[in-house]
Amino acid sequence: MSAPAPVIDIRQVAKVYGRGDAAVHALRGVDLAVDQGDFVAVMGSSGSGKSTLMNILGCLDTPSGGRYLLDGTDVGGLDEHQLSLVRNRRIGFVFQSFNLIPRTTALANVELPLAYAGVRARERRRRALAALALVGLGERTHHRPNELSGGQQQRVAVARALVTAPALLLADEPTGNLDSRSTEEVLDIIARLNATGRTIVLITHEDEVAERAKRVVRLVDGLVAEDRRQDGARRGTRRAAFRAVGA
Amino acid sequence: MNPWEIGRFAFLGLLANKVRTGLTMLGVLIGVGAVILLVAVGNGSSKSVQASIESLGTNLITVSHTAGGGRFGAAGRGSELKDLTLDDARALVDPVRAPHVKSAAPVQNTTGSVVYAGQTTTVNSVVGTTPDWFATTNHEVARGTALTAADVDNSRKVVVLGGTTVENVFGPEDPVGKDVLLSGIPFRVVGVLATKGGAGQDTDDTIVLPVSTLRASLAGYGSLSQITVQATSSGATDEAEAEITAILDARHKITSSAQTDYRIVNQASLLSANDETNRTFTVLLGAVAAISLLVGGIGITNIMLVTVAERTREIGIRKAIGAPRGAILGQFLAESTLLSVLGGALGVAAGLFSARFTVVGIEPAVVPSSVFAAFGVSVALGLFFGGYPAARAASLRPIEALRHE
Repeated sequence: MSAPAPVIDIRQVAKVYGRGDAAVHALRGVDLAVDQGDFVAVMGSSGSGKSTLMNILGCLDTPSGGRYLLDGTDVGGLDEHQLSLVRNRRIGFVFQSFNLIPRTTALANVELPLAYAGVRARERRRRALAALALVGLGERTHHRPNELSGGQQQRVAVARALVTAPALLLADEPTGNLDSRSTEEVLDIIARLNATGRTIVLITHEDEVAERAKRVVRLVDGLVAEDRRQDGARRGTRRAAFRAVGA
Repeated sequence: MNPWEIGRFAFLGLLANKVRTGLTMLGVLIGVGAVILLVAVGNGSSKSVQASIESLGTNLITVSHTAGGGRFGAAGRGSELKDLTLDDARALVDPVRAPHVKSAAPVQNTTGSVVYAGQTTTVNSVVGTTPDWFATTNHEVARGTALTAADVDNSRKVVVLGGTTVENVFGPEDPVGKDVLLSGIPFRVVGVLATKGGAGQDTDDTIVLPVSTLRASLAGYGSLSQITVQATSSGATDEAEAEITAILDARHKITSSAQTDYRIVNQASLLSANDETNRTFTVLLGAVAAISLLVGGIGITNIMLVTVAERTREIGIRKAIGAPRGAILGQFLAESTLLSVLGGALGVAAGLFSARFTVVGIEPAVVPSSVFAAFGVSVALGLFFGGYPAARAASLRPIEALRHE
């Protein structure tokens, strides 16, 4: 497959917090291009700048320097309203701490991005229910976040991220707060989404999680220290094993 | 997102935290209700005093005798003071010299007690006067008859009793035609006055009898206590006062104000003085109300700020999933509007409802402007302090809002 432009193309992206002597350089000039359909795991110890990178990729934060081209468009030139459209339509973001709206049902949480996109109520409900079914939560649509387990909450968050059918799914340590069983469930969903052509970038510091990606990028002190493709064999094995369990 | 959708979001947002919503509305409710009720109580007390003065008649003028020391310069001139006489009273009713005087009645007051069926009852005031008194002072006879000119001419021993006196002396019995002893002298009850009520002294605890009878058998001769004059209208009291002064000065041969041996009290000026007092009272209560509105407003402000601070994270989440700034702002503004309008409306309802009851003996009278002011202020506060921090939070970068603690 030959994509005309990479989904993500960042050039010399830097991020500095504070100024003067107290300045902290979270990113010191990162170059990264992610093609459509790729599955990238960003690894690194805490303080390596991986979360900062992710926030910039998700348009939640702005870089101090460098350019960010999303689907060929320079994000730096977009105004507030256009940015909200990008977050809504192009990017699905999954947080480590789920970040569901409290005291609001799973269904309403998943419907929310569609509501901001201006989708009609009936269509909204249909698509939200479909997304919840996709993550295996078709039965718990009317539960509130505090009535769901961590794994279930994260699956609601994934459903919310993919309900607007964005081409790019970003996940910031999606399994960081989950037990191993829920981790497998969530990773399986993410892998399935990748298999259907979605571009995935996820942050993790767990090797088991990174194993499932096609490409691993390692950040050290705000710079890309390693960028390698992985053999698909182990991924294939694990996926086959999962299929067997699922069946 | 259309406005209906934003309204629905706001409603769901309020519903999602019922305790917080309830407490905020309670704050607004109490603020608004207190203002309405307090101002209504102030206004009500003012009105009741005004009404009781008006029931005496706003066109009433009282000419009273300066009995030694009543006025500077009068004391020590004892014998020089001329009495107010029945002739003075008659002279005041003069269509030529006093066109603004409608009627005048001489009044001589004394105190006394009534004995009936062996029971002695003290009476507030014993009034000796003429038949003109009834019309002049707005008194009507509820039962029996009023005094007549013949009663006065013949010094008949007849009395008309006030409502309270009848109650005290006779209880449920019909007093008309009964005989009572007044200072040991038997009198026949010919009538009963209609009850007037009024603030302060009970004006219904009174006995009215012919002035001639009173002077002959109870109080002796001397100056009248006062002459009660009715002006042709409440607007003509000043003119009537001038005419009375002219007539009495001529009759008493007074050439300088130092010699004046009578005093004129104008009921209308009394009313306006009272009005002033009551306005002060209302302003005072209004100030109390304004403070309670301020406190209520600070309560609204506080809870709105806390709410937004608490929900900055939520705003971050909403922004992260693509909520435009306008939609977030719209939701929070709609939430504040719903809160303050609903709370304010409930406060208005509570204020109007509680104003229907008598509060410490005062019937509150609602002032419409206080309702609008209280409602408007609370809604404005709610809108501003709900909207402004939300607007600030909505313009943060999503990650800043998300990291907000």
